[in-house]
Amino acid sequence: MQMHKTIRHDVLLDVRSLETHFYGEESVTRALGGISFQIMKGETVGVVGESGCGKSVTALSILRLLPKLTARTVGGEVRFHGQDLLKLSEQEMRKIRGGKIAMIFQDPMTSLNPVYTVGHQIAEAVQIHTGVSRSSALTKAEEMLRFVRIADPERRVSNYPYEMSGGMRQRVMIAMALACSPEVLIADEPTTALDVTIQAQILRLIVDLKERTGTAVMFITHDLGVVAETCQRVIVMYAGRIIEQASVMDLFARPMHPYTQALMRSVPDRRRGRQSRLPEIPGIVPNLRDPIIGCSFAPRCPFAIDICREKTPVLREIESGHTAACWRSEEIVCA
Amino acid sequence: MRMSGPLLKVENLTKHYPIGAGFLKKTTPVVRAVEDVSFSVEAGETLCIVGESGCGKSTVARLLMRLVDPTGGRVMIDGTDIAGLKKHELRAYRRLMQMVFQDPYSSLNPRLTAGQIITEPVENYERLSRKQREALAADLLHKVGMSPEMMHRLPSELSGGQRQRLGIARALALKPSIIIADEAVSALDVSVQAQILNLLMDLQQQLRIAFVFISHDLAVVEHLGHRVAVMYLGRIVELATCEALFAKPVHPYTEALIAAAPVPDPTGVRFEAPVAGEVPSPINPPSGCTFHPRCPLAVERCRIEVPPLVPMTDGRVVACHVRAPASGMQAQSAAARDCPTARLARANEPIRASEKPNIS
Repeated sequence: MQMHKTIRHDVLLDVRSLETHFYGEESVTRALGGISFQIMKGETVGVVGESGCGKSVTALSILRLLPKLTARTVGGEVRFHGQDLLKLSEQEMRKIRGGKIAMIFQDPMTSLNPVYTVGHQIAEAVQIHTGVSRSSALTKAEEMLRFVRIADPERRVSNYPYEMSGGMRQRVMIAMALACSPEVLIADEPTTALDVTIQAQILRLIVDLKERTGTAVMFITHDLGVVAETCQRVIVMYAGRIIEQASVMDLFARPMHPYTQALMRSVPDRRRGRQSRLPEIPGIVPNLRDPIIGCSFAPRCPFAIDICREKTPVLREIESGHTAACWRSEEIVCA
Repeated sequence: MRMSGPLLKVENLTKHYPIGAGFLKKTTPVVRAVEDVSFSVEAGETLCIVGESGCGKSTVARLLMRLVDPTGGRVMIDGTDIAGLKKHELRAYRRLMQMVFQDPYSSLNPRLTAGQIITEPVENYERLSRKQREALAADLLHKVGMSPEMMHRLPSELSGGQRQRLGIARALALKPSIIIADEAVSALDVSVQAQILNLLMDLQQQLRIAFVFISHDLAVVEHLGHRVAVMYLGRIVELATCEALFAKPVHPYTEALIAAAPVPDPTGVRFEAPVAGEVPSPINPPSGCTFHPRCPLAVERCRIEVPPLVPMTDGRVVACHVRAPASGMQAQSAAARDCPTARLARANEPIRASEKPNIS
């Protein structure tokens, strides 16, 4: 317990008022409307929300991987080891990317280079970031494949991505990401493209490796089930903002934002009986090109009152460690 | 129309795709996409087909629509085998079956308006005046919960959920008795998914449409299905009512599949992946029971003999030598003949801990 406490206060990644815009021909899309959160050493934080809520943009903004011509982070800070990642030169950023902060993506086929063996690709990452010799990098690659429990790693290092199944490719991606012992691993929908039995294997692997290496994980997913199984803390996003943040137990036991509540109810759940009507969320996600006045969820919210349509609610602590951006959280949590 | 027997009856349906077919090669290797699949669907019923990628569920959908021709077996609609029909004969039967696709983006023609998209199936069969067409479009849009003004919009002007509604409206246009939905809600966000699932259940109640609902998502299947067929490498391994299957899966693969689905409840987290290994290639599937290399219960017999689908006492069928032995069933029914409770007890007999798959 004592140890748990000390870990808690050890902020590793500190994101402050991060704001990212996408530029279209005639319009500006405010993809991230100033979000702030922290990732502590060794913890797994889930980022959930539906398509377009800004969860992937958050990851790309942190790593500065946004498309250069159409997107820009216009405000905020990403503090990591005392420095602001947004102010680093591209060269300095490259050392951090794939080194201290690594990322894995949804589709392991398109994120691996098809013309190099997987061993070569892992070794390349190791060489760039640690500067070891080619041969020891290749040994490391083999070791990493064993680490992610790929059978027969001696043979598999010389395989090309197409010779592997989807699950195995995702293991390779994880091996590559962890090869340089990152402090933060950003996983963007890493199991969405996989079958359920393979997804279960990969989720176990990520949880297990996280425990062994102490790497903090930012786990981006749309699947509340995946969050429940892997994360300690959860950030819920809606329309480019964080609307709720809590420990995984608190969030599922007492969701405090109407959107989180609605989201949880709209998932088919055996405990609620088959063939019953699923509670829908009426309406659609707001267009982020238009300015949003008041709470962005207000037009779809059954609890909305005048203030919700006029003033944007800020994230505030409703209970210890549980924050929500809603004017009426105290009332609706009891409802 | 009077019907005798089920609306749709599939018997021993088989599809092999030749690969690397050379005209000089004597034997061509084949992908055994669908292998000896049989099931039936009653009017107004939802039969779900679940399984992981490559299990043949989408091929079954294509075979039902006869978008591809089967290698063997029969697909009977209202008692007529559509596998043997000629093209012009098939047209009449195509009306009875319509399909809803997974991707609401690529399955709609981007150059047609919503109204044109949903009335096009009818115009394939009969000429409509402009007035009739508009009335039909308005009616169909109303059925799927959209306003009639939407008929002039292009797909690009609609949200993902609205597009999927259009896909459903198009399928409804010909008043089919059966709709085949291939991963129809998989590409949608959960809040939109809930809307579409509600719509499908409402339509079924109002119009008594039968659904063949193909999905990999067990929570969705459990929610709206009446019966479920679980497929693995081209074969049905278990077919049961939804209640029975989810309450107590019998086939070890069904059990693993249910255990693998993430549950949105952090208090009941498991720590082991329920099944090791990956789905083998359907080009060279394992001998005997195709699940045996991954199965925690496998015995020698599973490596040699393909298990037949054996009917169980609760009406389900299961293909497993260990859990549903063909001879064992007969012995069991003989023993339980005069004692109904004994029969039940045997059917729900607990599996010894040592035999259980790795689910904690």
